[in-house]
Amino acid sequence: MSTHEGLIGSAATSAATSTSASSSASASVRTVVELHGVTKEYAGGVAALRGVDLTVAEGELLGIVGPSGSGKSTLLHIVGTLDRPTAGSVAIAGHDISRLSDRALSALRAQHIGFVFQSFHLVSGVSARDNVAEGLLYSGLSRAERSRRAAEALDRVGLGDRMKHRPHELSGGQKQRVAIARAVVGEPDLLLADEPTGALDSASGEAVMALLHDLNQDGATIAVITHDTEIAARLPRQVRIRDGQVVADVGNAPVSDVGNEPMSDGTRCVAP
Amino acid sequence: MTVTRRNRGKLSPARLGPRDVLHVGAAGLRSRPVRVVLSSLGIAIGIATMIAVVGISASSQAQLLRKLDALGTNMLVVTPGEEMFSGQDTKLPETAPGMVGQIKGVEQVGATGDVDHSARRSEKIDEDETNGITVKAAQGKLLETLRGTMRSGSWLNEATGRYPSVVLGHVTARRLGVTEPGQQVFIGGRYFTVTGILDPLPLAPEIERSALVGWDAAEQYLGFDGHPTSVYERSADGTVDAVRELLAPTVNPENPQAVAVTDPSAALQAKAATEGAFSTLLLGLGGIALLVGGVGVANTMIISVLERRHEIGLRRSLGATKGQIRVQFVAESLLLSGLGGLAGVALGAAATAVYASSGGMPWVVPPWAVGGGFGATLVIGTIAGLYPAVRAAHLSPTLALQTA
Repeated sequence: MSTHEGLIGSAATSAATSTSASSSASASVRTVVELHGVTKEYAGGVAALRGVDLTVAEGELLGIVGPSGSGKSTLLHIVGTLDRPTAGSVAIAGHDISRLSDRALSALRAQHIGFVFQSFHLVSGVSARDNVAEGLLYSGLSRAERSRRAAEALDRVGLGDRMKHRPHELSGGQKQRVAIARAVVGEPDLLLADEPTGALDSASGEAVMALLHDLNQDGATIAVITHDTEIAARLPRQVRIRDGQVVADVGNAPVSDVGNEPMSDGTRCVAP
Repeated sequence: MTVTRRNRGKLSPARLGPRDVLHVGAAGLRSRPVRVVLSSLGIAIGIATMIAVVGISASSQAQLLRKLDALGTNMLVVTPGEEMFSGQDTKLPETAPGMVGQIKGVEQVGATGDVDHSARRSEKIDEDETNGITVKAAQGKLLETLRGTMRSGSWLNEATGRYPSVVLGHVTARRLGVTEPGQQVFIGGRYFTVTGILDPLPLAPEIERSALVGWDAAEQYLGFDGHPTSVYERSADGTVDAVRELLAPTVNPENPQAVAVTDPSAALQAKAATEGAFSTLLLGLGGIALLVGGVGVANTMIISVLERRHEIGLRRSLGATKGQIRVQFVAESLLLSGLGGLAGVALGAAATAVYASSGGMPWVVPPWAVGGGFGATLVIGTIAGLYPAVRAAHLSPTLALQTA
């Protein structure tokens, strides 16, 4: 696919190259995610992904949409460097992951990627602030600094008054905001949210989506993985996945077609 | 956006500090206190058994050594040896106690001489029924030399030593049924009045089984020949060896081989050494309990890893390396067994204290036992935690993203 080539430059893995090669964008924009021909086959010949190309630039807010079984979870694992593709190349924040050891991948996740899960995965019996600080545990920062940044991150998600609350004292929406604070406390280059509203009622879900929009406004690059087309429709960019392939990569306007080729460059708008 | 650039181009995971390792290791324990108690109990019982076995034997040894210290190791006993050629029993010269008293360094001298009579409760009892009791004549500062004390009554003095009075060893008193001074025992055809009963004498068990009469009274009433059979002397600590060399030639210059010199404290020292040797069987039982405890910890850790798949996945997604996951679970296992070890040391020390105080012993728990026991728990904790930790580290990080 060639959707973003006009914007992002060629297949270079280094962020510096891509920014310098950018031709049409006014500001220099880095590539955060760059997938080429990514295929993932599981034992037994089941192919979860079949030749996926995907490029995400810094500052984007996109939805990866598809029904269950479409391969979007596998895509999330690969973009999150939790799994490696069978074929194809993956570069995250300028690092070609095929050349990285497991240790280096761990460091990549610690420094560049934040995860938000459908079921929050907060540590029970531990305060909100400590839960958020856990997000920096593997960053090498001192204990005091981790705690200080955790407080800042909680403030940022609007839970400054819930620092000492434990998960069971928080509502579902609050828990997810704590989880988001944990994911962004390390200021990752990429925030991956896996069905962030899946376990929430619609009001809490709205609040969580609004928060993600806010964070994006502040500059965060966010990919929301969801099966909910309604949620996806309100995101600036949507990548539709079906049967392990990208079937549409569209900008703001809801698009009905499911043709193999995505829209041309013009339909996609990149947040400044 | 303030994207912090950290080592772009070179990705190396940050190290976890010791406090953070402790923190993640303890995280799993805090949420399951009952399980922590139950699974460390096995280790605690094992360590407690071992500490108690070692502690109790060390305490009884310490008690013996303390007793030995009180009795002193500076007393020597001179007895007749065997005549080299005839093999006959020899006698010590009558002058022996006085001669011994002349040796440089000797501070106290006492002597006893065997009297060929039996002590009985009354004349109606047969002369041959000795009850294992011997009658001895006592001379000099025998009581002081033996560091003996009176259980009741008083020791022989100038006056009572001349008249038919007798002091009984505590075994003698029990066998004769004498409970207090003033009662009478029948020796050599006449009644002797009991003036006192001795406390136990660990350094001279032969005196415990004696009825002691004054030297003069023995000669006067019992036909005693005046030859001492045992001369007890106590010298300054530094001179014991020199005195030992001089005793035989001094007592019997013509025939020093006919004199035997013994050190009664040597037997007590040997006994102390055997008391200190703890029972290997009990120690082995403690070891087995410890092993079973270790298996319990390993089992708990495996279950813990199974239950916390999501947490492991979460930590991997937060950037934990396989090594850091391994360290976390080994730390948890170490904490679990370490807690058991601490509790075991405390329990074992407490059991020793109870045993020691009930037996009037000093409370001794050897530091090497505490160190060794605790070290053993750490080794067991590492071994028990290693396999579950390796399993945890090899879990796929994608597990965290699986719901349910």
